[in-house]
Amino acid sequence: MNERIIKILTDAFPQLIEKFFTMTIPLTALSFALALVIAVLTAMIQYAKVRGLQTLCRLYIWIVRCTPLLVQLYLVFYGLPSLGIVLDAFPTAVLVFGINEGAYMAETMRGALEAVPTGQLEAGYCVSMSYLSIMRHVILPQAFRTAFPGLSNSLISMVKGTSLASVITVTEMFRQAIVINGRVYESLALYTEVALIYLAFCSALTLLQRWGEKKLNAYGGTR
Amino acid sequence: MLEVQHIHKSFEPGAEVLHDISLQVNRGDVVAILGPSGSGKTTLLRCINFLERADSGTMIFEGEAHDLHRITRREIARIRQKTAFVFQNYNLFLNKTVLQNVTLGLISGRHMNRTDAEAAAKEALERVGMAARSDAYPRQLSGGQQQRVAIARGLAAHPDIIYFDEPTSALDPELIGEVLSVMRRLADEGMTMLVVTHEMEFARNVSSRVVFMDGGRVIEEAPSAAFFAAPKEERSRSFIRSILRRGEED
Repeated sequence: MNERIIKILTDAFPQLIEKFFTMTIPLTALSFALALVIAVLTAMIQYAKVRGLQTLCRLYIWIVRCTPLLVQLYLVFYGLPSLGIVLDAFPTAVLVFGINEGAYMAETMRGALEAVPTGQLEAGYCVSMSYLSIMRHVILPQAFRTAFPGLSNSLISMVKGTSLASVITVTEMFRQAIVINGRVYESLALYTEVALIYLAFCSALTLLQRWGEKKLNAYGGTR
Repeated sequence: MLEVQHIHKSFEPGAEVLHDISLQVNRGDVVAILGPSGSGKTTLLRCINFLERADSGTMIFEGEAHDLHRITRREIARIRQKTAFVFQNYNLFLNKTVLQNVTLGLISGRHMNRTDAEAAAKEALERVGMAARSDAYPRQLSGGQQQRVAIARGLAAHPDIIYFDEPTSALDPELIGEVLSVMRRLADEGMTMLVVTHEMEFARNVSSRVVFMDGGRVIEEAPSAAFFAAPKEERSRSFIRSILRRGEED
């Protein structure tokens, strides 16, 4: 590798890292939080078989899972303004990533809820607990344990997925790389550098997941 | 204190699981419900505690009559405050410690404060000999220990009656004794109990009355001594014979 490329990479690194911490991570965190709220609500509605709302949830999951994320981004950012709905790029990204991943996570959560034995609910009723407090103290904590690997999957995939926000002008890490590359024309080196940063961070998340699973199963594990 | 009349229940049209069941439990009674598998014993108990909704029938609980099909959630909640239910497979809250299993219902179901709930829980755990394992999780206990904790969970709320749904059927033979001896002690202390069971020894020696069911009907109802000494119905006789024969083969 010649000195010019090394210089480009070392100059780019702080800029990329800065965007990673100021944009990529906040974008991921906010989107994931939104997705989690949507997923838990959607899964609970289906688990409780709330009529009407249940159909709405199926409809949501069906539409979101069966259309491409990229198309959803374009639709909201470039399409909705013609209906008078104009959102900034960053909120658009949070909204679309949250709604998109929420649909997948809802299915993860629903499966986990349904895996909790019905006896747990019945036992709660028999000691005079209400449905909601049984959900909160007994069913949901157990379901989260089951859902943990699936939810970790979603988080990791979302970290990388945020690079798509570059197409709607959000200057997250990947877009920053594109911008730098526009000046220096070193695609291979720069995009490799970006890939390695994603790789390092997602590897850390993977280790965190493994640690978390061990922690969750250390005591009171449900299997 | 508890009386149910004319309970009907079917899960599919045309196939009645419970056919016109009536029974009565007085304060201090230990009533054993016996019968072959599929006779509807468990369904009856679940209907009585509203885990299944009966198609029709009446319940008189402590002097108040309720329509078992139309009963409201509020009425169910009120009755459940005075009852406890012990499941065949324990159903302890798997994410909670032994102590939390007992306190959770008291705190979040009965709005007791934590200090009182823990005191009540410790006392109940003492009574079943499980206080030493307060910090264990269900998966760290044997079946017999889990069942004793489940009994303590019921006891802690000082119920007027405890329902037992085959409390020893999921246990290894060597663990049955510890659960039965706890139940025997409760009976001696005057606890009112309605027990679906396959334990003939328990039905004969501990329960005061026996209700024998077959095919979704009550075939015979009698004081335990009379039932085992001289069953009136042919089906009761053949059931007792088959159970005794199985006992000898063991």
